[in-house]
Amino acid sequence: MATDITFEQVNYSYQAGTPFAVQALKNINLQIKSGTFTAVIGQTGSGKSTLIQHLNALLKPSSGTVTIGDQVITNETNNKHLKPLRKKVGMVFQFPENQLFEETVLKDIAFGPQNFGVSEADANELAKRMAGEVGLDESLLSRSPFDLSGGQMRRVAIAGVLALEPEVLVLDEPTAGLDPRGRLEIMQLVTRLREEQGLTIVLITHQMDDVADYADHVLVMGHGELLKQGTPREIFSDPEWLTAHQLGLPSATRFAYELQQAGFEFETMPLTVSELADEIAPQLGKGDDRHE
Amino acid sequence: MNKVMFGRFIPGHSWVHRMDPRAKLVLCFLYIAVIFFANDFWTYLVMTVLLLASVVASAIPLRVYIHGLMPLFWLMIFTVLIQVFFGAGGHVYWQWGWLSVTQNGLNSAGVILMRFVLIILISTILTFTTEPLEIADGIESLLSPLRKVHFPVATLALMLSLALRFVPTLMDEAEKIMNAQRSRGVDFGEGGLRQRIRTIVPILIPLFVNAFNRAIEISTAMEARGYQDGENRTKYRQLKWRRLDSWSLVIYMVGLSSVVALRYFI
Repeated sequence: MATDITFEQVNYSYQAGTPFAVQALKNINLQIKSGTFTAVIGQTGSGKSTLIQHLNALLKPSSGTVTIGDQVITNETNNKHLKPLRKKVGMVFQFPENQLFEETVLKDIAFGPQNFGVSEADANELAKRMAGEVGLDESLLSRSPFDLSGGQMRRVAIAGVLALEPEVLVLDEPTAGLDPRGRLEIMQLVTRLREEQGLTIVLITHQMDDVADYADHVLVMGHGELLKQGTPREIFSDPEWLTAHQLGLPSATRFAYELQQAGFEFETMPLTVSELADEIAPQLGKGDDRHE
Repeated sequence: MNKVMFGRFIPGHSWVHRMDPRAKLVLCFLYIAVIFFANDFWTYLVMTVLLLASVVASAIPLRVYIHGLMPLFWLMIFTVLIQVFFGAGGHVYWQWGWLSVTQNGLNSAGVILMRFVLIILISTILTFTTEPLEIADGIESLLSPLRKVHFPVATLALMLSLALRFVPTLMDEAEKIMNAQRSRGVDFGEGGLRQRIRTIVPILIPLFVNAFNRAIEISTAMEARGYQDGENRTKYRQLKWRRLDSWSLVIYMVGLSSVVALRYFI
């Protein structure tokens, strides 16, 4: 199941050829390895959403090439050949609850697979399973999606994408506007899918804690350019650079950074709370020695 | 959806941009009314000169206007062809069954094409140089005499400005929903008529539901901010009639009345 994603010299302009033309992506080169968890961060308007819409060819590069698995997408690629790609790359857009439309939750989840030729019976079966995956109660399946709460609607929408059984799952701020528990549950769902099914995950987020906790590759976007890429550790090791680009730090790292300025020393900057605790504990011991 | 230029606003600081929206609306209506008086070379020449002068004064390149005409290209060809082949009277140049090319047919085709292009261009000048909210303000102000006959001008103006404000938002939303459904395997614009109509449902229903939700949210937010009804409100954006507007009116009046004069007195 090799679906490596490669961007080569990708440029993209909105409304090319009009006075409103805006270049949203400038010369992007990157690679997303199959099975990895990639986080995309950057200020609002930095081109993150434009970037991920290239991942299933909703947008085609104005110049350059995007390669997904064995499919090469350029400016000339015909829309007719893109359908298999749409199944391979599942997209969960921002506020996906806005895309629900069927009479029942079950029908809505089964809508995607049916578009790709799965029979109604099989699609319903799949829908039931996916509803279970995202933690929706079976009793909700016959309800109208518009009767549900915001959090439940979002799960239905995510289940609808998972029902496509994609190999790559792209999520644009899936936890925006959810309560802390809802956020944790969605993030745990995503990590579980990756571990159990080997999905490639691409996540846009402003939650640096999520980046530190879950991602193994980070892309930093700014003004349509790829400013930096690397592991979370590499990216978050330079707090000054991040602040200069108006990006936050994970809370553990921020706390460690403040401690460092107050005289603590860290061998490596901690990313998560448990790493932070591991770093601080021995130093506290040392501190006690000093005081006594 | 990205390529449509017709009806968009292009920010700028030209003579026309700085004009009062009321003046622009009135001039635009007058111009369109007078176009129907124009009937020969000289009258159309005056109308064209007036239009080109306005294009120059708007400081937007002519090719942007032409670009704006493009979506209507086939409609223009269609109307012209109908006039050419079905016009009757005058010298007959060519005939085949009941299709014929006659002098009157060619004349009226030319006249219709000219009117079509001029009307579209003059309204494009208005929309290119005037923000939608300014147009709403202008319309409200021009309709305000109707208050005397208990016409709900303020309510209409509020509806108009809310509608205008949400056109781009709804368009963005429609595009987002389309993309989301496309990702779920919907093929837009493919297959037969029935298939195509079926693919509209997954866009239309969410769009309507979101519009309802948005309407509820907006009305709640408006009430929370003390909105009661359209009457007795003060206005933040004041319209101001300036010398610029009077001069434009004078120039148009000279041009337009000369057209009427050419038609009836010369």
